Amino acid sequence: MIRAERLRKTFNKGRVVAVDDVGFEARDGQITGLLGPNGAGKTTTLRMLYTLLKPDSGHMTVDGVDPLAEPIQVKRKLGVVPDSRGLYDRLTARENIRYYGKLQGLGKNLVTSRIDELAEVLDMGEFIDRRTEGFSQGQRVKVAIARALVHEPGTILLDEPTNGLDVMTTRSLREFLLRLKMEGRCVVLSTHIMQEVAALCDRIVIIAAGRIAAEGTAQQLLERSGEQNLEDAFVKLIGSDEGLLA
Amino acid sequence: MITVFLKELLDNFRDRRVILNTLVLGPLLGPVLFGVMISFIAKEETERMESALELPVVGAENAPNLVAWMERQGVVVEPPPADPEQSVREEEHEVVVRIREDYAEAWNAGRPAPVEIIADRSLRYTGTTIARVNNYLSIYNRQIGNLRLQLRGVHPDITRPVDSQIIDLSTPTSRGGQVLAFLPYFILITVFMGSMHMAIDTTAGERERKSLEPLLINPMPRWQIMAGKLGATTFFALATLGLGLIAFVYAMGMLPTADMGIKLNLDFAVAGKAFVVVAPAALMAAALLTILASFAKSFREAQSYMGLIVIVPMVPSLWLLINPAKAEYWMNWVPLLNQNILILEMVRGEPVQVSWYLTTIASTTILALILAAVAGGLYNRPKLIFTSG
Repeated sequence: MIRAERLRKTFNKGRVVAVDDVGFEARDGQITGLLGPNGAGKTTTLRMLYTLLKPDSGHMTVDGVDPLAEPIQVKRKLGVVPDSRGLYDRLTARENIRYYGKLQGLGKNLVTSRIDELAEVLDMGEFIDRRTEGFSQGQRVKVAIARALVHEPGTILLDEPTNGLDVMTTRSLREFLLRLKMEGRCVVLSTHIMQEVAALCDRIVIIAAGRIAAEGTAQQLLERSGEQNLEDAFVKLIGSDEGLLA
Repeated sequence: MITVFLKELLDNFRDRRVILNTLVLGPLLGPVLFGVMISFIAKEETERMESALELPVVGAENAPNLVAWMERQGVVVEPPPADPEQSVREEEHEVVVRIREDYAEAWNAGRPAPVEIIADRSLRYTGTTIARVNNYLSIYNRQIGNLRLQLRGVHPDITRPVDSQIIDLSTPTSRGGQVLAFLPYFILITVFMGSMHMAIDTTAGERERKSLEPLLINPMPRWQIMAGKLGATTFFALATLGLGLIAFVYAMGMLPTADMGIKLNLDFAVAGKAFVVVAPAALMAAALLTILASFAKSFREAQSYMGLIVIVPMVPSLWLLINPAKAEYWMNWVPLLNQNILILEMVRGEPVQVSWYLTTIASTTILALILAAVAGGLYNRPKLIFTSG
């Protein structure tokens, strides 16, 4: 469960406003989509949630814990697949995941059993013990997801998870996210791809120019905009068609 | 922290190139370079002093007595080149002696007879040869001068109001120290060489691979992550230093130091002390390089900074070479300079006060910890985390 209120973040001493005024709620057992054009402030918002950036003002909690006050506590609750999904090429997929498990403070046996579970769920058996050098994008994303989930976090943040993935991998990723939702976890993903939101999300938060343009279920957004399909609704709600081409 | 440490070690031990560069070539480079340098100098010196002097003489016919005397001394008088100045300039001959035509006339008139030694003093290697020629001429000078005085009934000693002698107190060990002026540099450079790759790989490399952001999302204080990385880098630096010192001990054993009349005091006991003295510098080098590499966006960019940093350990060595001042206590407070001094004193076999060791280790450790603290705080700056946006 994530609550964010009036988050604001500027760069270059206030000259660049990345996030102006963002607030939303993401519930457990739901997939919440942060939808917005490139540069709308999605990544910055997520970075504030996973404590790598400090907001200038505003308030947020993850399961009632304030990331500003207790960053380490919050990081234990979160599983994050950020925009950068770099792996250690000289280590095997298993070793990459094990490293993160240990950094999370998990015991050796627990890490081993979790890796085996995740390898099965994410269908990684074929390459789990290979060095990640030369892995395909899809394989890399799977490893990045597995290492983010090795400690069974209740809340999962994904920044543009389907970037650079082919259709088949995207499909299996979606199934996996739905499965996480079924397990009662709070899943938040950012994307600029409409179909993704429509197919997955229970709640949609549209961000444009650092502000919340609209919030609600897909149905509510259609009703509010008076449009027939989600793409038109999106354009209307953010007030321009910028970013859709990107 | 230990997790990070172990992972970085495993990660880098997997890279054969890294192991070859830092743990094999790094430690060997110093001893080999140094050994070659020393044995070359030693060979050169002994050859120069012992071999017969081959000397082209212009106008030998003008002073048959002088030439005959020199030949009796073992000088091989050679026929002169067509243009003596040109041949010296082109380095065909190191030295050419010219006896001018008015030599005989001046000699008979009792005036100093002109002999010219043509050489290029800016060529360092000619120094010994010039000195030898000069030496022969001044012995001849003195003999003839003494004979002339005796003919006039004057005791030759009257021309020597002062009898100066050099009483050389240097021992073979301390003379060895002179040759070893650059040894501290070669030892100190190993800690920089050893930590260079790791410092880059754990920071700039992490950014380049885009693995830094996910790493920092793990529930661990950032300074601990950095401490693990620094620890791994220091470990490599120490390993390189240790292997380098062992290589040095063996290399020194193989050098023809006895021929040079010097003794090098570099056994395992001294190497052990040197290790302890330089160990804090390993942490210092690791922290310094890590700080620099953290600011670089890519491996390549970081490497270009590193090239400059290698000069740092050279500065004290050069300074001591140009300005061979007596070692004083305050110098022990200056990191790198103090290691230089202590290594030199140890290798020269001189007793070193315990306080000097302590000061050196303390001052270097303090600086190293300050740098480590700076490095530990670096990842609190968002700018250093994100590769883009």
